[in-house]
Amino acid sequence: MVILGTKSDAPQTRGPVDSRGYRIFRVVNTIVLIGVVIVTLFPFLNIVARSLSDEAYIIAGKVSLVPRGFDLTAYKLVMSDAMFWTNYRNTVVYTVVATLISIVLTTCYAYVLSKPQLRGRGLLVGVALFTMFFSGGLIPNYVLVTSLGMKNTIWAVVIPNAISVFNLLVMKAFFESLPTELEEAAAVDGLNTYGILLRIVLPLSKAIIATMVLFYAVSFWNSWFSAFLYFDRQDLLPVTVYLRNLIAGATSAESAAADADKVQAAATFQAVTIVLTTLPILAVYPFVQRYFVRGVMLGAVKG
Amino acid sequence: MTSTLRPPPPAAPRAAAESPRPAPHPRRRRSWRQALRRDWQLYSLAVLPLLFFLIFRYLPMIGNIIAFRRFKPGGSIFGEYWVGLRYFRMFFTDPTFWEVFTNTLVLGALTLLFCFPLPIVLALLLNEVRARRFKRFVQSVSYLPHFLSIVIVAAMVMQLTSIDGAANQLVRMVGGDPVAFLQQPQWFRTIYVSSEVWQTVGWGTILYLAALTTVDEDLYEAARIDGASRLRQTWHVTLPGIRPTMVTLLILNIGSFMAVGFEKVLLLYNPLTYPTADVVSTYLFRMGFQSSNFSYAAAIGLFEAVIGLVLVLSANLISRRTVGTSLW
Repeated sequence: MVILGTKSDAPQTRGPVDSRGYRIFRVVNTIVLIGVVIVTLFPFLNIVARSLSDEAYIIAGKVSLVPRGFDLTAYKLVMSDAMFWTNYRNTVVYTVVATLISIVLTTCYAYVLSKPQLRGRGLLVGVALFTMFFSGGLIPNYVLVTSLGMKNTIWAVVIPNAISVFNLLVMKAFFESLPTELEEAAAVDGLNTYGILLRIVLPLSKAIIATMVLFYAVSFWNSWFSAFLYFDRQDLLPVTVYLRNLIAGATSAESAAADADKVQAAATFQAVTIVLTTLPILAVYPFVQRYFVRGVMLGAVKG
Repeated sequence: MTSTLRPPPPAAPRAAAESPRPAPHPRRRRSWRQALRRDWQLYSLAVLPLLFFLIFRYLPMIGNIIAFRRFKPGGSIFGEYWVGLRYFRMFFTDPTFWEVFTNTLVLGALTLLFCFPLPIVLALLLNEVRARRFKRFVQSVSYLPHFLSIVIVAAMVMQLTSIDGAANQLVRMVGGDPVAFLQQPQWFRTIYVSSEVWQTVGWGTILYLAALTTVDEDLYEAARIDGASRLRQTWHVTLPGIRPTMVTLLILNIGSFMAVGFEKVLLLYNPLTYPTADVVSTYLFRMGFQSSNFSYAAAIGLFEAVIGLVLVLSANLISRRTVGTSLW
């Protein structure tokens, strides 16, 4: 299927002259799309405004897009919380380790699966594919991870999610698209399989590996549930669970309306923590977005 | 995965014109022994990933036998002794189970109803934009929420819907009394589905936009000559052109029907909203981890997974029979 290699911005010239109805449609369309942009961005701007505002204005329900009573106290408070930084560092460590392991495993398996003449290839593909549609479920996974003694270790959040079948298929599709002649020539020159993979295939695959790194890194950076499930100690948590505990505490405080001060602090605290955890993603997003899109398309090529 | 629809053999992903693939080698069936001797280095690369799949994907599947056995925390991971279908009978006769089952169906159906067609609509609208930079800009912005952690999305939802949040500012502006949205069961589905739409619709357009570029220009030309208006061109040319993509994504959506946003529900619900928010996966989570009834929870989980599998298989079968498109 030829999804790749076609520009997604092919000029639309469907008709010599636009009808009146179509011109009206184009105006409406532009307005609708601007609406989409506004709706998408509003929550971000709202949270930023709240994070920079004085609590009193937030409680009074007066903050929407512009900060009121500019106040950085909440930032100072969150940033002076040692646990916040510990958890932030954990997120970085888990993401790096998990991504490394994932990339190695995914690359190896995808490379094997990309060899059409390999005996048993269909079975190896099937082993991976089936897990996309049927999974053991939460409880057996929990029992397994616990009985392997991985609870409260980094491995609990790293290993059980090491290979994403979607990413595997993307890489496999890429390897299959490489010309076989190079590898054949290298084999004639006496390189073994490992040599071919390391010296011939991987240098040709830098772009796809970069995409895979991004895919994995973002998913590990964003993940929270494994950590929430398997970590009992607060100093092991990633920052996503730090935020989760903050909002979980806030809702119970709100519904109980117990401590007015706490609720007040919670409003700005949450906003600040949201901003600080989202910031790295927003910072790299403009530069990496197209790699993601490319990766998704590559994955789409082969079902 | 997804989208295009070549039969299983590895299709050449690059544009065919660019590098015509050599005709596949005539396949000689080698014996396993020969294959191993020849390709043992390749097989060795597959060992670790294969172990991963066997231990962390297939072992838990087998671990589901604790749904039929008495399980003691700290005991054998496969349970102590057989109890037959006891746990299944338990949840089949449990009124709460049917309540959460209904909630799951409703939430799944609503999600499908909005999150499946909206990306198509947005893609069609984007496709009509001629100003490239504007189009790029809208695309970039609309993809953004996809990259956020679900925790961040949940936290944003809480901020927006809190008593002092933006939603209530709107309510007050039109003269209403502030509503504690997340404490009220009747609001949960709206909140859940809107946040899901917000996060997924933009990203969902990518495959459709790609598919739209592959629709044959000549078909438009022909339709125009036949006097078809823009709208009719869209209906009769564009939509059939992207139908394979639509069907594939629909099948995948149906497959995840039962697993509706477990993590998001877990983050957003609370005992006050259980009547509409509690779904099968969150119910089994509480049964397992708060009531420590692992076997019971595993039975529910197995039931859920089997339904999910049946849904994918039947959706796939139906689409193959009716429109000739299938995942495999």
